Amino acid sequence: MTNIVVLVKQVPDTNAKIVFNGESVDLSAVKMVTSPYDEFAIETALQHKESSGGTVTALTVGGSGADKILKDAKAMGVDNIVRVWGDGFETLDSNSFQSVLSGVLSELGADVVYCGKSSADLGSGSTGPGVAEKLGWASVSNIVSASFGDGLTVTAPADGGNAVVNVSLPAIISCDKGDLKPRKPNVRGIMMAKKAQVDVREASAPASTVTLVSQTPPPAKPAGKTYEGGQSAAEVAKLLRDEANVL
Amino acid sequence: MSEVTVIAEITNGKLNPATAELVTAASALGGDVVVVVPCTDASVADAASAYSNVSRVVAAKSSVFANYDASGWAEAIDAVSPAGNLVFLASAQSKDLAARLASKRGISVVQDVVEISGNNLTSPIYSGKAFQTVAISTTAVISVRANVFSPSPSDGDASMSVVDATGNVKSAIKELIGRASERLDVAEANIIISGGRGMGSPDNFKHLEVIADTIGAAVGASRAAVDTWDDIPHSMQVGQTGKTVNPNLYIAVGISGAIQHLAGMRSSKYIVAINKDADAPIFQYADYGIVASWEDALPVLQSTFSEMF
Ligand SMILES: Cc1cc2nc3c(=O)[nH]c(=O)nc-3n(C[C@H](O)[C@H](O)[C@H](O)COP(=O)(O)OP(=O)(O)OC[C@H]3O[C@@H](n4cnc5c(N)ncnc54)[C@H](O)[C@@H]3O)c2cc1C
Ligand SMILES: Nc1ncnc2c1ncn2[C@@H]1O[C@H](COP(=O)(O)O)[C@@H](O)[C@H]1O
Repeated sequence: MTNIVVLVKQVPDTNAKIVFNGESVDLSAVKMVTSPYDEFAIETALQHKESSGGTVTALTVGGSGADKILKDAKAMGVDNIVRVWGDGFETLDSNSFQSVLSGVLSELGADVVYCGKSSADLGSGSTGPGVAEKLGWASVSNIVSASFGDGLTVTAPADGGNAVVNVSLPAIISCDKGDLKPRKPNVRGIMMAKKAQVDVREASAPASTVTLVSQTPPPAKPAGKTYEGGQSAAEVAKLLRDEANVL
Repeated sequence: MSEVTVIAEITNGKLNPATAELVTAASALGGDVVVVVPCTDASVADAASAYSNVSRVVAAKSSVFANYDASGWAEAIDAVSPAGNLVFLASAQSKDLAARLASKRGISVVQDVVEISGNNLTSPIYSGKAFQTVAISTTAVISVRANVFSPSPSDGDASMSVVDATGNVKSAIKELIGRASERLDVAEANIIISGGRGMGSPDNFKHLEVIADTIGAAVGASRAAVDTWDDIPHSMQVGQTGKTVNPNLYIAVGISGAIQHLAGMRSSKYIVAINKDADAPIFQYADYGIVASWEDALPVLQSTFSEMF
């Protein structure tokens, strides 16, 4: 019985316009969704279970609003849904956040953890390797495929191409898009998800040493130049060399 | 004075020139700059002692560094790096390693830094739709985007020591699969020319390849191109669910400029767009926009480049 956990995070829809309230982003009017790479992680976790048996638990660290993405994961077919939250969790730095996650993963008794390559909001790609280090586990990041025959074998980018890697468990694997298509929930899954109870747990975190100063719109770019017609490509090519200095 | 450590970026067995940019970033954080070079053969580190503003170079020699294993590399680098801030390049592999090292030392990591001002670090968030500044109050590990900081000049003469490093490897490479083409990968290239659905067919990507070969660029693609045509592999995809790239020059051909595509390339230093629709959103982000069909523009671009190169 493999105890499989998949990490999911709620983020603004990638189509959403980001608006600001003073020096911070204002997400109050934004539609929230599962971070896109996490859907590949869910799919990989479900395939792992289908191949070797076990259970899949979707885990998020988030406020009550994040119950929705847990239910979406349930509709796709995960067995259990767990949400962790605690005081001051809105502003955890990577070390504090990863401490929380590694504590919960030990509590859950996970054998293998799948997560996204990076979250669509902060997008640092630190969670998988960081949590693995705290637990003393193996990790492989940005995998494009996985197979579950004899132990876990994954394919990930390496210098000059891809490497096929055997990973010893326990391990945390972060998922890139690869060739997978995350499954769509079926009617039964959607019904199950409606009735599902979120297992809500409390946790506490060590103090953060990195603090937020401001969130601002990207620096404005000077307006570009526009040219009409294919012949203008010659002028642009020269400007790239003489004005932009990039050739 | 305390020390700040640059972890040199090694690409295909050589010191990546972007390491000189990391030296500048490290100086901005403050402290004597130490460059640690993970290597299997210490001669790789020679080039690093020529960087200016470096107090010493440590060639960390280990068989562990023959193939990437996050856990083993972090252990080996941790053992040879002094306390204090650590600076990595924000490449996929080094970001992974940066996260491991920070966690190992019980400190935090700040990735994709594009600006350093005292203890304040700025990185893009929401795929570049916003910028976030954080303050570090103690030591931290940071990764720095390429092509942002100017490279430290190379008229220095830092002392170099070679130390043996070791770490426990937790994964085993079964097989290395080389890329099908010899062409540069978009994640490594300083110039990228990408095609979208507007290219009409995968065969037409050969026009992009010719230009790429002329100017030393990688060829990328939009998701619509990757999803529509089997011949265009996902490894070429730029964007939210593809690669995030940060080249000096990004040329988008027949790409509309959807928000998810922009997410992967909007921080490019210069953007050129070729699109027959003057209202295509990509033009709002282009430094140089060419309103024309690629059939008209690419031959002119190619012949001008061939004269220049
Ligand atoms: C969760 C999610 C993740 C996504 N991730 C990505 C991603 O990683 N990367 C990505 O690219 N997209 C991504 N997308 C898809 C994105 O929304 C767009 O659908 C996609 O980028 C469109 O690709 P395109 O610009 O090639 O095609 P189109 O939008 O169809 O644009 C084609 C363009 O070509 C122009 N054109 C046509 N013929 C010619 C000609 N002869 N000469 C010149 N121009 C011509 C047209 O005017 C048009 O502007 C994602 C979407 C979602 C929902
Ligand atoms: N708050 C969170 N709760 C659960 N999983 C998370 C959370 N934040 C990040 N993750 C997981 O870690 C991955 C990488 O996130 P990041 O390190 O923020 O780029 C995400 O794709 C998720 O799978």
